[in-house]
Amino acid sequence: MALGREHELHTRRRGRNLGLGLTLLAFVAVVFGLTLAKIGNGGGVQAFDHAPRPELVPESEK
Amino acid sequence: MTDATSSLSSPQTGEAGFGDYVALLKPRVMTLVVFTAFVGLVVAPGQMHPMVAFTAILFIALGGGASGALNMWWDADIDRVMRRTRSRPIPSGKVREDEALAVGLALSGISVVMLGLAANPFAGLFLAFTIFFYVVIYTMWLKRWTPQNIVIGGAAGAFPPMIGWAAATGGIAVESVLMFALIFMWTPPHFWALALFMKSDYKDAGVPMLTVTHGRPATRRHILVYTVLLVPVALGLALTSIGGPVYLATALVMNAAFVKGAIGIARRTEAQAEADSYKVEKSFFRLSLYYLFAHFGALLVDASLVRAGWEVF
Repeated sequence: MALGREHELHTRRRGRNLGLGLTLLAFVAVVFGLTLAKIGNGGGVQAFDHAPRPELVPESEK
Repeated sequence: MTDATSSLSSPQTGEAGFGDYVALLKPRVMTLVVFTAFVGLVVAPGQMHPMVAFTAILFIALGGGASGALNMWWDADIDRVMRRTRSRPIPSGKVREDEALAVGLALSGISVVMLGLAANPFAGLFLAFTIFFYVVIYTMWLKRWTPQNIVIGGAAGAFPPMIGWAAATGGIAVESVLMFALIFMWTPPHFWALALFMKSDYKDAGVPMLTVTHGRPATRRHILVYTVLLVPVALGLALTSIGGPVYLATALVMNAAFVKGAIGIARRTEAQAEADSYKVEKSFFRLSLYYLFAHFGALLVDASLVRAGWEVF
């Protein structure tokens, strides 16, 4: 069954894909953790975008 | 690229394992970057959320790794010649040059943006400047042009504690500049000691190391001069707000040992060095590693003592 045998290259490729997958998962976890930390610290959770945000305008400028 | 079009001088498969990409990031150099950046961040005034601090260190390390990949991409030709670097991912044919470039550029962008978002924009810009300095100023320009390559290029390796400090405070202070100066002044004796016992490597690769351009006796004298100049920088740090009794004691002991080692190197002739297979040079190189880790470790201990309420000075 020579055709069915796994080449060393396949093992390496699987290892690379697994490594990349885990790295991406770790990146997502870091961004998620960072978001929680920033919100927990009382950092701004909204900013100006295309919608008006009157609550973000300082009292003196209203 | 298919196998048929790949270079004959370097058999490139384009099927690297994950570990080969990790090796592109120079993990051993990264430990120094992580450690010094971590110390810079911890000794800085103010409090930082642990997750923010962790993220900042992670992306400073990734930025350091990215510049390592870009360095390997540019230096692939000389890495093939030097014994010390022949087994790196590109010269060994495991990773293609264009892959290394892509990995380096992508990780540079990610690390700069993420550090800027996690800590502050100044820290992100500082990291971008450090990557630029290491890759363009050192690797592309100075390394192959002047024997002062590692003196000026050493600045790139000296920036991490300043970036760590900038991540915590958003700025620069005399303490962070002195931490930079400590690594900056330490780099030449460290690398010249390596160049003394890595005999023909740099010559074969055409890299104008001091040993090649000015000879080995001159390199020995340079090691001594830079080691002596390092002493006031190391002791000066003890007088700043981040210095403490542990740091002062460490600096006194380590600098005495380092100067003694440098005098030993300066006094030796090439015949003596060859007779004992560069024993003194190798032990000085090892000592230089302990020297740096001891100084930054001591700063960390002093900072921990202060945080624990054991303020001595």
